[in-house]
Amino acid sequence: MNAPLSRREFLKASGALIVTAAGPAFIGEALAQTAAGAKPPLVPTELDSWVAITPDGRVTAFFGKMDMGQSLDIAIAQIVADELDVAVDKVDVVMGDTALTCNQGGASGSTGIQSGARPLRNAAAEARRLLVHSASQKLGLPAEQLRVDDGVVSAVSDPAKKASYAELIGGRHFHHQVEWNKQIGNAMDIKVQANPKSPSEYRIVGKSLTRRDLPGKVYRTEKYVTDISLPKMLHARVIRCARAACTVAGIDESSIKRVKGARVVREKDFVAVVADHEWDAVRASRMLKISWNEIKKDPFPPMAEIYDHIRKAPVVKREDAVKKGDLEGAFKTAAKVVEAEYEWPFQSHASMGPGCSVADVRADGVTVWTGSQKPHFVQTGVARLLGVPPEKVRAIWVAGPGSYGRNDAGDAALDAALLSKLTGRPVRVQGMRSDGIAWDPKGPASVHRGRAAFDASGKVIGYEFISKGFSRRNIDTNESDPRDSLAGMSIGLPPKPSIDFGVPAEAYGFDSKLLAWEVIPPLLDASSPLRSSHLRDPVGPQIQFGSEQFIDELAIAAGEDPVAFRLKYLSAPRDAAVIKAAAEKAGWQPRQAPRAARSGDVLSGRGIAYAQRNGTLVAVVAEIEVERKSGRIWGKKFTVAHDCGLIINPEGLRYTIEGNVVQGLSRTLFEEVRFDREKVTSVDWLSYPILEIRDAPEAIEVVLINRPEIAPSGAGEPSIRVVPAAVANAFFDATGVRLRRAPLTPERVKAALARA
Amino acid sequence: MASIKFAVDGKTVTVNADPNMPLLYALRNDLKMSNPHFGCGLAQCGACTVHLEGEPVRSCVMPLSAVAGKKVTTLQGLGTPEKPHPLQAAYVEEQVPQCGYCINGWIMTAAAFLKKKPKATDAEIRDALAGLKCRCATHAAIMRAIKRAQTQMA
Ligand code: FES
Ligand code: FES
Repeated sequence: MNAPLSRREFLKASGALIVTAAGPAFIGEALAQTAAGAKPPLVPTELDSWVAITPDGRVTAFFGKMDMGQSLDIAIAQIVADELDVAVDKVDVVMGDTALTCNQGGASGSTGIQSGARPLRNAAAEARRLLVHSASQKLGLPAEQLRVDDGVVSAVSDPAKKASYAELIGGRHFHHQVEWNKQIGNAMDIKVQANPKSPSEYRIVGKSLTRRDLPGKVYRTEKYVTDISLPKMLHARVIRCARAACTVAGIDESSIKRVKGARVVREKDFVAVVADHEWDAVRASRMLKISWNEIKKDPFPPMAEIYDHIRKAPVVKREDAVKKGDLEGAFKTAAKVVEAEYEWPFQSHASMGPGCSVADVRADGVTVWTGSQKPHFVQTGVARLLGVPPEKVRAIWVAGPGSYGRNDAGDAALDAALLSKLTGRPVRVQGMRSDGIAWDPKGPASVHRGRAAFDASGKVIGYEFISKGFSRRNIDTNESDPRDSLAGMSIGLPPKPSIDFGVPAEAYGFDSKLLAWEVIPPLLDASSPLRSSHLRDPVGPQIQFGSEQFIDELAIAAGEDPVAFRLKYLSAPRDAAVIKAAAEKAGWQPRQAPRAARSGDVLSGRGIAYAQRNGTLVAVVAEIEVERKSGRIWGKKFTVAHDCGLIINPEGLRYTIEGNVVQGLSRTLFEEVRFDREKVTSVDWLSYPILEIRDAPEAIEVVLINRPEIAPSGAGEPSIRVVPAAVANAFFDATGVRLRRAPLTPERVKAALARA
Repeated sequence: MASIKFAVDGKTVTVNADPNMPLLYALRNDLKMSNPHFGCGLAQCGACTVHLEGEPVRSCVMPLSAVAGKKVTTLQGLGTPEKPHPLQAAYVEEQVPQCGYCINGWIMTAAAFLKKKPKATDAEIRDALAGLKCRCATHAAIMRAIKRAQTQMA
């Protein structure tokens, strides 16, 4: 039914007594309760699934993604406020609760604004249209003669003739159908009759408004998932063998007898200890004697040989994603060929705290509190694991200890659900540090080969870049299928690997070009601590570490400045613009060869890298110092130019970029998951060091290129992918030496300089 | 089991527990003061930091017995929205935290340090904060907030 609020609906609704719940735990929940029985089902085709007006005229936006501290809450509020013509502080954004929001895919691929905001914008515009329409009926004036100011519709000619949103519908429902594109997840969108505003009409979008989640975090008045506590709740620690590829041989339950109330819970190879007190669960997990069967000897190659392993491994799938021109001919006639290979290790999410979840499995329904960035997929995964219909499962996202992809929070959710089912009590699971580093899904290790052909004039006529590595989705990007979880695999569900990688995202206009990827088999089929999945900007840092270093190598081989060389082959104006903006802001000094002056212990250099990511363009200039004696690299200053179309909240965007730059620097300089033949040996912050504040840049300059005429694209991840190559290129500029293996540790720096 | 009495954020409390249990578990579980976080349990990250007699300590490795009769201050005791510590106010103004799980370490450590050395240089601040982790990598904003707080505290 595509009609505005009918008169009958209005009469019906206006007779209702509206009672607001005092002190609601969740705003949206209170609203849902207020209108119990009246709210239409939560389906994307109902406008009420997206937006609501409360009795006091506030607006609730129901957002099926979540804010991991990158300003999404305020950005969505800004967008909705603009469309509805209300003050932004009147908009509450409810997110991450499967009972209140549609499955927009959770946090995923920097799509929070790019795709997540679309249905919200449309819904808000449609709500405004309906509200103006009903005001026009009420006031007896045509809609064209009405205006809206902060939620009050009034006659243009006579402001005294007015009706507020609260009067028009506050606390009641639209009961209005919208057209859903039938997509679940990131692509979900709706079509409405209203026309959303044009960017020139925005008053709130584009402003740097402060995030609203900050006080709750800084004064610790807001709950994290780790703080959820239920009556009769058990604390659990899941027992994972330090060694990979093990099944349970035997458990000596008497070994934890001394811990009062602690007991073992087991299903097949899934083993946990539970206790009433968390400390008892921790103690019991340490005391438990358990023996294991080794089902595979030496599941992993020696760490030092991992890249040879990748080179030699069979290819299970190859994709030639970009292929144009006569590549073979180019290499045949080449006057010069340049080749290089780059290597990137397994990396861990290593979230600030290990994954945590609380689950309450009851006969009449299941509730799971999760820090997973994809609660809708937790709902599906838990339903499948427990064999209950998904509508019986409610997953509630509560901010967790960091989230940069498919981390251990997804596993914790299914662990908690299984344990609650097995014990009949609510269960809280949190991992220990090693669960978050040794056992989280890893960013895949890979090798990247570049090859380029120059003609006699120094022009690149053939270009090839092939990445080979472990799948980026050996386990999937979300936990909707228990076969992708450690709990599922431990109870014997067969794994369901997906095969996927990626290619450089750039627009270099070489005459002939091949960009391809090849995926090799996992080291271990199931329950592997080296199983690979999405880690912030999945495969972006590793691919661009290679490709943007390789471009630099080509520039030097051609005797050209790296900025000028890039611009020569980039005709797309937005691509060129970010490079120019970053170079200009950084005061780029053109050089056709590395810096010649190399006296003293501290060498300095600068390097650039650029990339695209799903519509966003980014370039960064890194200025580094290299301490020759210690081998330390300091990423002293970064200058980023960023173009993601229309900017919603400039400050929020700036901070998000800063976080990407520094996390990117950490991944470039420090991070490498260590392992031996049978286990991951990176188990804590000593064995998996990350950047500390001593190594943080002194300055990060961000040039934001706003393009109001272009729909916003993502910003949560693009800027991390250019950091590794920019640093490596700066290292070359400083030293004349290439570092083609990440991370760029002091040992590698010293060894490379000694060889030079 | 032992009965251990100490003060948290100005209130006297008694916890009956294993004296070897780290203070963090007493705060989070027995006293339901969940603001210090479990990050590593190994004194390697700072997420669990509280003040013991004004000095920052890692409560994840501090045995409960060691705090008997002493004064513990948590982030919530340091300041409130109504009466914020300058660092907390600066953290909000500079929009520092992303996930925010790390902030007990940074704020509690910096608060104790700035008290001793309000005019500390950038290099001294970086040294004083060694060992703390922030996986969301908000370090640039952390430095800005600390410098902003310094001007307030001076
Ligand atoms: S949790 Fe105490 S230092 Fe990490
Ligand atoms: S803000 Fe997430 S770890 Fe610091």
